[in-house]
Amino acid sequence: MIVFEKPHALADVKLHYCPGCTHGIVHRLVAEAIDELGIEGKTIGIAPVGCSVFAYNYFNCDMVEAAHGRAPAVATGVKRANPDNIVFTYQGDGDLAAIGTAETVHSAARGENITVIFVNNAIYGMTGGQMAPTTLPGQVTQTSPYGRKPESVGYPIRVCELLSNVTGASYLQRVAVNSVKNVKEAGKAIKKAFQYQIEGKGFSLIEVLSTCPTNWGLTPDKALKWLEDNMIPYYPLGVYKDKYAEEGNKQ
Amino acid sequence: MGDKVLMKGNEALAEAAIMAGCRHYFGYPITPQTEVAAYLAKRMPLVDGTFLQAESEIAAINMVIGVASAGKRVMTSSSSPGISLKSEGLSYLAGCDLPALVINVQRGGPGLGGIQPSQSDYFHATRGAGHGDFHMLVLAPASVQEMASLVFKGFDLADKYRMTTMILADGTIGQMMEPVSLDMGEVKHYDKPWAVTGTKGERTHNIVNSLSLLPEELEQWNFKRYERYAEIEKNEALYESFLTEDADIVIVAFGVAARVARNAIVAARAKGIKAGLIRPITLWPFPKSALKEAAKTAKAFVSVELSMGQMIEDIELAIRCTRPVLLCNRAGGMIPTPEEVLAKIEKADRIGGEN
Amino acid sequence: MTTNILISGFGGQGVLFTGKFLAYEGLLENKEVTWLPSYGPEMRGGTANCAVIISDEPIGSPLVTYPDVLIAMNLPSLDKFEKDIVPGGMVFYDSSLIDRKVTRSDIKVFPIPATKMASDAGFPTLANMIVLGKLLKETAMFPAETIDKTIAKVVSARKQNLVELNKKAIQLGLEL
Repeated sequence: MIVFEKPHALADVKLHYCPGCTHGIVHRLVAEAIDELGIEGKTIGIAPVGCSVFAYNYFNCDMVEAAHGRAPAVATGVKRANPDNIVFTYQGDGDLAAIGTAETVHSAARGENITVIFVNNAIYGMTGGQMAPTTLPGQVTQTSPYGRKPESVGYPIRVCELLSNVTGASYLQRVAVNSVKNVKEAGKAIKKAFQYQIEGKGFSLIEVLSTCPTNWGLTPDKALKWLEDNMIPYYPLGVYKDKYAEEGNKQ
Repeated sequence: MGDKVLMKGNEALAEAAIMAGCRHYFGYPITPQTEVAAYLAKRMPLVDGTFLQAESEIAAINMVIGVASAGKRVMTSSSSPGISLKSEGLSYLAGCDLPALVINVQRGGPGLGGIQPSQSDYFHATRGAGHGDFHMLVLAPASVQEMASLVFKGFDLADKYRMTTMILADGTIGQMMEPVSLDMGEVKHYDKPWAVTGTKGERTHNIVNSLSLLPEELEQWNFKRYERYAEIEKNEALYESFLTEDADIVIVAFGVAARVARNAIVAARAKGIKAGLIRPITLWPFPKSALKEAAKTAKAFVSVELSMGQMIEDIELAIRCTRPVLLCNRAGGMIPTPEEVLAKIEKADRIGGEN
Repeated sequence: MTTNILISGFGGQGVLFTGKFLAYEGLLENKEVTWLPSYGPEMRGGTANCAVIISDEPIGSPLVTYPDVLIAMNLPSLDKFEKDIVPGGMVFYDSSLIDRKVTRSDIKVFPIPATKMASDAGFPTLANMIVLGKLLKETAMFPAETIDKTIAKVVSARKQNLVELNKKAIQLGLEL
């Protein structure tokens, strides 16, 4: 008999996320990776400011709640204090790619041996649906009511592409959680990112394309379709950098 | 005196941090505190410590938050404009009840200001280091010896009360050399069961956090914190007095201003004016009782500051405005001369006499 | 007894080092001492100065506004500080770089052709130590036997090869 259970690393509490939000899936994938690698007892998670601000309640490992955008700097401190701990950040697009851009780029540049889970849903969710650094051209939000106009507010930031030019970064992959196949792929990538940290391979970032049905104004199923039709073409899935890929292939 | 060495204030401070068991430093270059970073960049690798030059002051203070969360002693240093940038982190440190040591080698402001010594971050340090209700322990060294000993003490107080200690220094004390003894005594260790070091499967998870969306709960957190602050105000105020027993005129000054005031007091005594000095060593908690006591016999007070009149408010509050308080100040990187302070003492002597 | 000393000159003339030497002498003699440099961009190529106080009493202000002793290694330094020397005080200056005379008559004046002497002796960068030697002789602040000990202490570990040259330069000053 196969019993579908919560991963141990995921706390047995009710999540506050909106119906249809894919944060729950990403939480589960992170928790599964922690379970499978048997690292819960030495893992420290850093929660961001944004929809996943309460992530500190949802993981059973030790957690720190960081200021907006500062999770990679806090993670740097935690990791440098106790290098044997496994340290991950869980951040949204506003946190990681707007107010925390410097912390993101420089923790990658230093090759900090941490794992960054970057949930990109192209909008600020917690504050009620404002334009994010990853909001698509033409996308309507509360602060881009006529659609994002790149000529006046600039273009979305493609984080994996940007960081692929940073020498210190080791492993960068973009995944999505809009289909069973993609969720499985995402799970593998997240686990690999933790594995890299265990092996001391340095900075990993997994960008997870995610949905926000509430602020996109779509039903959950339509939101999944919107992600597929609009986000994936702009943010192509795949591995953007893997410093150890060749070495891995040889083995 | 055989064990004394000649050191710069900034270097004595850095060495004392290492002696206090601090093995993590994060900073960003800014004049006039760069010697702290330069010294630790050399020293930390030799004691298996971490020296990291952060991408910004903000990143540096958040790295401090990370190490403090993990339960280890940690510090950062900067000068006024950089401290403004760290303000966000100072508020989070308070909200998370984390111990840390932050050095501010002050320079003239506001804005980019200048690079010469100043005390104009007094309000920032004692009142408003960031958003929300909170205090930091604020220590004000007036000698190279104190740069070392107050750093050592600062780490201890930070751990004891789970607070940020700020060393509020100025460029003069940071740059000058004096003989210093680095005999700091024993490092006290504090259990930190709240630290995030991994559950090891043996306990429920620790959470370092300043967020609560329940106002009833957040209010309780604030009340609890202020109970601790009250205890600190009762127990931890430190000051030094010089010739105050019979003083008609009491000067209140800290840091380099207190050094200058000392010369003026000696000169005033030579002229027959009974002047004395109360030098606050802790700016928060402010040594209120010492001032209240002095107000019983003193005719007037003089606040000597390298700012536009900041500490004078604490003096007036401490003595409930029962005596005149004169301001003797310079700003923008200027330091009052002993002659200027003496002139103010003479004026205070005249005014005080009219009361 | 308190002696307020001001040392001033171009960056690179060893102003801070000269001050450090005096501060170390004070330390070895169990005196209270302070050493305070001017700092910031003015240090880079401009005129630098350094205040040293040596006292039997605890020292208040580390700033020297009215020096008992001035060392002026260039003209701007003499121009700036001559008027501040306390009556009865002393000024030592490098007369190979400063071609004017000291105008005050209420102070003791010691012109030393230090830069020329240092060049002639083959250590052109040690003019400051020649002036220092003369200062040590005239002020008699410290016993002669502590000088060697102080030099060893104040010259950094990686420059120990300069110890002997520094001793020679101070000796030239002492013999003036």
